[in-house]
Amino acid sequence: MKIEKILLVGNPNVGKSAIFSRLTGAKVIISNYPGTTVEFTQGKLKLGEETALIVDVPGTYTLEPTCKAEDVACRMVKEGGVAINIIDATNLERNLNLTLQLLEKDISVIVALNMWDDTKHRGISIDVKKLEEQLGVPVVSTCGLSGEGIKELIERLPQAKARSLPVSSDTQKWEKIGKIVEEVQKLTHRHHTFLEILEDLSIKPLTGVPIALGIIYCSFWVVRLIGENLIGHIFEPLFTKLWLPLLMKLSAFLVEGSFLHHILIGNFIEGKINFGQSFGLLTTGLYVPIAMVLPYIFSFYLILGFLEDLGYLPRLAVLADNFMHHLGLHGYAIIPFILGLGCKVPGILATRLLEERREKFIATTLMAVGIPCMAQIAMIVGLVGQRGGKFVAIIFFVLFLLLIIKGLALNRVLKGASPEILVEIPPYRMPQIQAVIKKLWMRLSGFLKEALPLVLLGVLFVNILYTLKIIDFFAYIFAPVLTGLWGLPKEAISALMVGFLRKDVAVGMLGPLNLTTKQLVIGSTILAIYFPCIATFVVLMRELGIKDMLKSALIMIIVAVSTGAILNLIL
Amino acid sequence: MNKINIDLTQMQPGETGIVKEIQGGQGFVRKLQSMGVRPEKKITKVSSHFWRGPQTVEVDNIQIAIGFGMARRILVEVKR
Repeated sequence: MKIEKILLVGNPNVGKSAIFSRLTGAKVIISNYPGTTVEFTQGKLKLGEETALIVDVPGTYTLEPTCKAEDVACRMVKEGGVAINIIDATNLERNLNLTLQLLEKDISVIVALNMWDDTKHRGISIDVKKLEEQLGVPVVSTCGLSGEGIKELIERLPQAKARSLPVSSDTQKWEKIGKIVEEVQKLTHRHHTFLEILEDLSIKPLTGVPIALGIIYCSFWVVRLIGENLIGHIFEPLFTKLWLPLLMKLSAFLVEGSFLHHILIGNFIEGKINFGQSFGLLTTGLYVPIAMVLPYIFSFYLILGFLEDLGYLPRLAVLADNFMHHLGLHGYAIIPFILGLGCKVPGILATRLLEERREKFIATTLMAVGIPCMAQIAMIVGLVGQRGGKFVAIIFFVLFLLLIIKGLALNRVLKGASPEILVEIPPYRMPQIQAVIKKLWMRLSGFLKEALPLVLLGVLFVNILYTLKIIDFFAYIFAPVLTGLWGLPKEAISALMVGFLRKDVAVGMLGPLNLTTKQLVIGSTILAIYFPCIATFVVLMRELGIKDMLKSALIMIIVAVSTGAILNLIL
Repeated sequence: MNKINIDLTQMQPGETGIVKEIQGGQGFVRKLQSMGVRPEKKITKVSSHFWRGPQTVEVDNIQIAIGFGMARRILVEVKR
C-alpha cells in the first residue's frame, strides 16, 4: 500500500505538534496551550523510497464541528489518507471519544498513545496489547518530547486499518469507552508531586493572583536583566570596538557631506559617528535593530517560550477572566495580548482563538493601540530611560490607562455580551530545552528577516525624503497639530512618517531632535498609539476586513490626537 | 449525610460530586461532554474565582475552567 497523505488527528494538548516535528524534523511551533494550530501545518515524511505528505490537523474534541478549528479538522478527515490518532495516555477515557468517531469513518487509523512517560508518575498503567485488540487498529506508545516510540510508529504505519464501524450515538460511544477503559487501564494511588501542588496554588484565587503578579514582575525583571547585559557586554562593544573603526575608514573614503556618505553613514554628531543619531544605513540602520532591539526580543521570547511550554498561560487567562470581562473579552484574550508584547503580528493572528467577531474586533483594536511591541519598548526604555525611569513609567501607565478606557468604552458601545471562558488547563510540564531553543530561534530569525529590511528601508526612505525636502513640506502642513496640539517641534513629522514602517526606528528618530523630556514622553506615547506599523496593518486588514479595519483605524487616530493634546496640557 | 442536588457554582472548593445534568444547547452539551464533563461522572471543584468568576473543576485528572454562567447550568449531586 502506498501512503500519500498522513493526518495527525487528536484532541488539543496531546503533544501533536511535538510528534509532527519528530516525524518531519520541520520547523513548527510547539506549545502547551490549546489552539496554536488553528492554521494547519504540513511537512514531508520519507517512507523508504516514497515521500508522504504529513498534515498537522488542528486539535479537535469531536468530528462534529463546534468551532472553526474543528470544522477545518473535519473537512481534512473527509479528504482521506492515513490518520495517526494521537491520544493522551494520561487521559484515555476522554481521548477515546475521538478515536471511536474516527473508526466510524472510512479512513485508515493507527493510534499513538502519547505522553507515555507521564503515565508512570501519575499512577496509570495501560495494557497496550488489550487496547489494540479492543480497537482493532494498531496502537503504539510514544513520547513526542523524547522521541520514544516514533520509530515503531513509522514502521507500523502500513498496518493502519480502516474499520468503518456502524455509526453510533454519543451515549452508545461513552458506554463503549467506559467498558474499554475498565478493561485496559489500572489506576494506582500516587503522591502529589511538587509541580501538582504548584498547579493547585496557581489556580486558586487567593494564592494564584499573588503568584501571577510575582511571575509577571520576575519575567520583566529577567527580560530586562538579560537584555541590558547583552547590550552592555556584547552588542555595544561589538559595534563600538569592531564596527566603528571600519565605518570611520569608509567615512574618510566617502568624504563627509557627499550624498553616499549621507545615506550610508549619515550625519556626524559633534564631529563623530553617533550610532543612535547619525541615521545612516550602516550606522543607525543596523544599530537600532541589532544592538538596541534584538537583545530584548531575545530575552522576551526566551521567557515567553518557557512560560508557554510550562503551561502557565491558560492559568493566567483564568485569573484574568473577571478583569477582561469589563473590557468585553474573556480571560483567554490575554494570551494574544501577551504575544502582542513581543510583536503585534503574532498577537493579532492569535485572536483567531476568540470565537466571536465582536471579541476579535475589541481585542485587535485594543492591541493595536494599547500594547507596545518589544521593539518599541526596548527603544522607549533606551531613549526615554536616559531621562529617568519615572518617565518610562509615565508612558506605560498612560498606555495601560488607554487600554482600559478604550476597552470599557468599546464594551459599552458595541452590541452583544462578552462570551464565557471554557478552557482546559493543561498540567505543568517542565519545558524541554531543545523545544524552547527551537522556538526562540524561529522567532529571532523571523524578527531579523522581517524587521531588518523594513528598518533599513525606513532609514533610506527618510534620508531620501530629507534630501528632496519633502519632509519640510509635510512638516509645514502638519505643524498645527504637531506644534499647536501636541507641543512637539514640526520636525517630529519625520518620526511619525517612519512610524508607519517601523516603530522602533521612529522612536529612535526622536533622539536627534533635542526634545525636552516632556516632548519626548508625548512623542513616544503618540508613536505607540497613532497607527500600527505596516506589518501589523496588513494582518489587521486581513483579519478584520476593510470595513472593521477602517473603524479600528479611526478610533486609533482619534485616541492619538486627543491623548497627545491632553498630555501636553497636564504634563 | 444526605444527597442533595445543586449547581456547580454552589459546590465548595475541594468538594466532590456526581454530574447529573447539563442544561443548554446541543453544542454546549457536546463540548462539555467531549471535555469529559457528562452525566454520572465524578467532578471535583478546585476553586472558584471572586465576583462570579470562572469555576475550575477536575474531571479525570484534567482541570477545566468554566465561566460562571455556564457553571450554573451544570447540575451535580453532592453528599452533605
